Amino acid sequence: MLSLTINDRTIEAEEGETILSAARRAGIEIPTLCAVKGLPPTGACRICVVEVAGFGGLVPSCSYPVAAGMKVQTHSPRALEARKTIVELLLADHPDDCLYCARNNACELQTLAQGLGIRQRRYRGTSLPIRLDVSSPGIIRDQAKCVLCGRCVAVCTQVVVNDVLEFGNRGAKAKIVCDADRPMGLSTCVQCGACVEACPVGALVFKEQMNCMPDGRMQTTRVTCPYCGVGCQIDMHHKDGKWIYSTATAANAEKQPNQGLLCVKGRFGLDFQNHEERLTTPMIRKDGALVAASWDEALDFAATRLGEVKAAHGPDAIGFLSSAKVTNEENFAMMRLARGVIGTNNLDHCARL
Amino acid sequence: MTNSLSEVAKSDVIFLIGSNTTWCHPVFGYLLKQAVRNRGAKLIVCDPRRIDLVEFADIWLQHRNGSDVALLSGLQHIIMREGWHASEYIAERTENFEEYRKSMEWFTPERVEELTGVPQDDLYAAAELFARGGRGAIYYCMGVTQHTHGVDNVKAVSNLSLITGNLGFEGGGVNPLRGQSNVQGACDMGCLPNVFTGYQPVTSPEVQDRFAKRWGSQPTAPKPGLTATAMIPASGDRIKALYIMGENPIVSDPNANHAEECLKKLDLLIVQDIFLTETAKLADVVLPAAAFAEKKGTYTNTERRVQLSRKAFEPPAGAREDCAIIADIATRLGAKDFPRTMAGLWQEIVELTPQYAGMTYERLEDCGLQWPCPTADHPGTPFLHKGKFARGKALLSPLTYRAPAEEPDAEFPIRLSTGRLLQHYHTGSMTRRAKVLDSLVPTGQVEISPADAQRLGVRTGDRVRVSTRRGSIVTFAQVVERVAEGAAFVPFHFQEASANRLTNDALDPVAAIPEYKVCAARLERVEI
Ligand code: SF4
Ligand code: SF4
Repeated sequence: MLSLTINDRTIEAEEGETILSAARRAGIEIPTLCAVKGLPPTGACRICVVEVAGFGGLVPSCSYPVAAGMKVQTHSPRALEARKTIVELLLADHPDDCLYCARNNACELQTLAQGLGIRQRRYRGTSLPIRLDVSSPGIIRDQAKCVLCGRCVAVCTQVVVNDVLEFGNRGAKAKIVCDADRPMGLSTCVQCGACVEACPVGALVFKEQMNCMPDGRMQTTRVTCPYCGVGCQIDMHHKDGKWIYSTATAANAEKQPNQGLLCVKGRFGLDFQNHEERLTTPMIRKDGALVAASWDEALDFAATRLGEVKAAHGPDAIGFLSSAKVTNEENFAMMRLARGVIGTNNLDHCARL
Repeated sequence: MTNSLSEVAKSDVIFLIGSNTTWCHPVFGYLLKQAVRNRGAKLIVCDPRRIDLVEFADIWLQHRNGSDVALLSGLQHIIMREGWHASEYIAERTENFEEYRKSMEWFTPERVEELTGVPQDDLYAAAELFARGGRGAIYYCMGVTQHTHGVDNVKAVSNLSLITGNLGFEGGGVNPLRGQSNVQGACDMGCLPNVFTGYQPVTSPEVQDRFAKRWGSQPTAPKPGLTATAMIPASGDRIKALYIMGENPIVSDPNANHAEECLKKLDLLIVQDIFLTETAKLADVVLPAAAFAEKKGTYTNTERRVQLSRKAFEPPAGAREDCAIIADIATRLGAKDFPRTMAGLWQEIVELTPQYAGMTYERLEDCGLQWPCPTADHPGTPFLHKGKFARGKALLSPLTYRAPAEEPDAEFPIRLSTGRLLQHYHTGSMTRRAKVLDSLVPTGQVEISPADAQRLGVRTGDRVRVSTRRGSIVTFAQVVERVAEGAAFVPFHFQEASANRLTNDALDPVAAIPEYKVCAARLERVEI
C-alpha cells in the first residue's frame, strides 16, 4: 500500500495500480471512453487525462501507475481543456442527428459534451461516406457515429472471444470492420450483442430499439433466460406486454453466471412469448376435433377422466411428463399431483432427450 | 456440475468431451475461450466434429461417435501405465481401485487407436497433459450421455477425474453442462421415476412417510415408476393416460414416427403448453399455459444455482400459470390444501428438500444460491466434495467396451449424429417463433463433409434425403469441413425435417437415455 493525493484528498492505493482505478475506488469520477472493465487499458481515447504535479504534461490515468506521494488533479483547467478538445474533435465528424438516434439521452459522448460545456462546433471534419449496415437481423451498425474507442473490438476479441470485429485502415480512414470489412450479416458474427452493450454511442444498436418509442411505458424486468442451462440473467426491456430487447443483467454482473454476457438466444430469442400463435383458450377433443372450451369445462374434463382411468386401471396406468422449461415450483406441483394425488411414480421429464 | 461455471478461470487444463460448447452453452463458451486466450489454460477437445473450440485446443482427439468409453479408458490406461495417477488421492478418497485398474488393462493404446481412430501419439499427449498439467476440469454434455452406453461414459469421465485427483477442488471436477434452463431443477424437484425432491428415494419408507404425512396422502409404491422413454411405448398398454406439461415428445423422442403412433393409442392425453405443438395436436384436452416472463418463480442452472426469475407482464388473456392449472386439477381430484401459487409451492419445497432448506426468495434476490444450502445462514456450495465425498469414498467403476447399438454398414454407410445449432433450441417451438433467430436459420439441414458431398454430387443448399432403418427426411445440405468423411449431423429443431424420425430408440440399460448421438444412415441427392 502507498498513499497519494488526488484532488487534495489523501488516498491509499496498491503498488502498480493505475490512477484511474485508485480514483474510482475512492469515489472520484474520471470520465473515460475506451476503458472496458476487466480488460487491460488501451489508452486509445485519452479522455481520462489528468494532471500530475511535477510532471511536464498530462498523463492518461487509465494506464499511468500510482506512486507514493504523487499529487494528482483530475479536473484542473488544463485537464479539462484537453478533454474538451478531444471531445470536440470527436464531434467534428459526428452527425448532428441526436434527436433521431436510438441512444439519445443515453449516449456517453453526449454526456461528456454536456459535462464539458461544449456549446458550439469548433472543428468540422470531413466525414467518410458511410452507409448503415443493416445486413444482420438483430444489430444496426452506423459507422458515421463511431468514435473509434475500440470497446466493441475489445469485447468481441477478449471477452466473448468471437474475433469478428477489428480495426481496419489507419489514420483518418480508420474504421471498425467485421471480418476484413464484410457486412455484419455476412460475417462470422454470431449476434451475441456484446459489442452493442459496449458501444458508448449509437454506432451499434439493436434493431428493435430503433422501432420503439422509449417513453414512460418502457419497463425493465430481470428474468432468467429460458434456454440453456447456463441460466443467464437478463434485463428484459419490454413495453405493453411485449419484449423489445435484452441486455445482460447489470446488477452484480460479475457474480451472475453470465458475467454480463448473453448469446444470440437470450439476446434475441424472447419474443416467442408474444407470438400470435400463443394458446389462449382451453380445448377439448369432440368428435375427433379440438374445440374451444371454458376453463371450468377443460379442468373438469381433465380431472374427471384422470379419476376414471385411475378407478378403472389403477394409479400406475397414468403417466406424467413434467418439464425442464418450467419453474421448480411447477415441477414440484406436478410431482405432488403424480405422487400425492394420483399415487404413481410414473413421472419423468425430458432430461434424457 | 460438481463445480461452478466461473471456476473455469481457475483450471490449468480443461478437458471437453461431447460438448459443442460455443453453440449449446455459448456464454460458458466465452468463459472457456477467455481462460484459454487470456490466461493460457490448456484445452483438450474430444469430438468427432471439428467444432469451433478445436481452434482453441492444444490437443484435438477426433474419436468416432460412440467410442467414448474406449477413448476415456485408453487415456486412463496410459496414465496408470506411466505412473501419472494420483496414488495418494486414490488411496485416501476412492475405493475399488484394483478391480477398476484390471478392467483398464484391456484398453491398450493399440486397441483404442483401432476403436476410436485416434493416433496413439495423440492419446499419449492428451493423457500426459491432463494427468500432469495441473488442476484439471472435465466438462461434458449430451455427446457423452445420449448413448446406449451413456452411463458407462459418465463413469469413465468420473474415473478419469478421480485417478488424476481432480474431484473435490476448485477449478476441477466433473461437470455435465445441462441443456435446458431447468433440467437441473426438474431433477431436483423429483420429476424422476425413482426419487422425491432432493433425490430422496421412493424405496425409503421414511421418505415416503414424510411426504405422505405432509400431504395427507397415501405413500406410492416403494419402487421406481416408468421413465419417459418407457411410458411412451407403453401407451395404450400399461399406460392409459398421459399428462404432458411443456414437452413435445413427438419431435424430441427417438424414433418419432413410433412415438406418434403410441400417443394415439392413449385413452386420455392431457397437454399443457404455450403453443399448439405437434404433441398438443394429438391431445384430448389442451390447457394454455403462461410463458416464462409471465410468472415469478425459480430455476436451477447447471451449476446448481437456484435463481429467481421475475414476472414482467401478464399472460395473454385465457392462459394461466402452470401451477394454478395443476392445483385446480388436483383439487378437483380431492386434494386438500394443494398450493395454487409459486410462493406456496416454494414453501413446501424448502420444507421437504434438505438441499434447498436454507433458501428464501429474499436470499435468492441478488445472485441466487448454489445447493446444498441447508440452513438460513449457509452461503451455498460453489463446488462439491470438498475434503470428502458424501458417500465416504468415491467408487472407481470397472468398465468394458460396448459398441453402439447400430454401426454403419453397406446399406447405411454414414455415421449420423444429432444435436443443436447455436440459433435454435430443442424442438424449435420457441426459437422458431422468435423473429431474429428464425431469420438466422429458417430451415433444417444436414451437415456433410466435402468428400461425401462430392461423391453425392451435392452442394450447400441442395436437397438431400437422409434415411435410416426408422424413417427418412428430406432437407438441405450444408457442406462443411466440420464433419469427418463418412459422418453426418442433423439438428433436431425442425419438425418438418425432424432428426428424430431417423434416430435410434435403443436405450442405455440403466439411464434409459436414447442413442441420439450415433446411428447408421444413407444420403441421397434429391432432384427437384
Ligand atoms: S455481436 Fe458478438 S460476435 Fe458479433 S461483432 Fe458483436 S461482439 Fe462480435
Ligand atoms: S443467453 Fe444463451 S448461454 Fe445464456 S442461458 Fe440463454 S441460451 Fe444459455
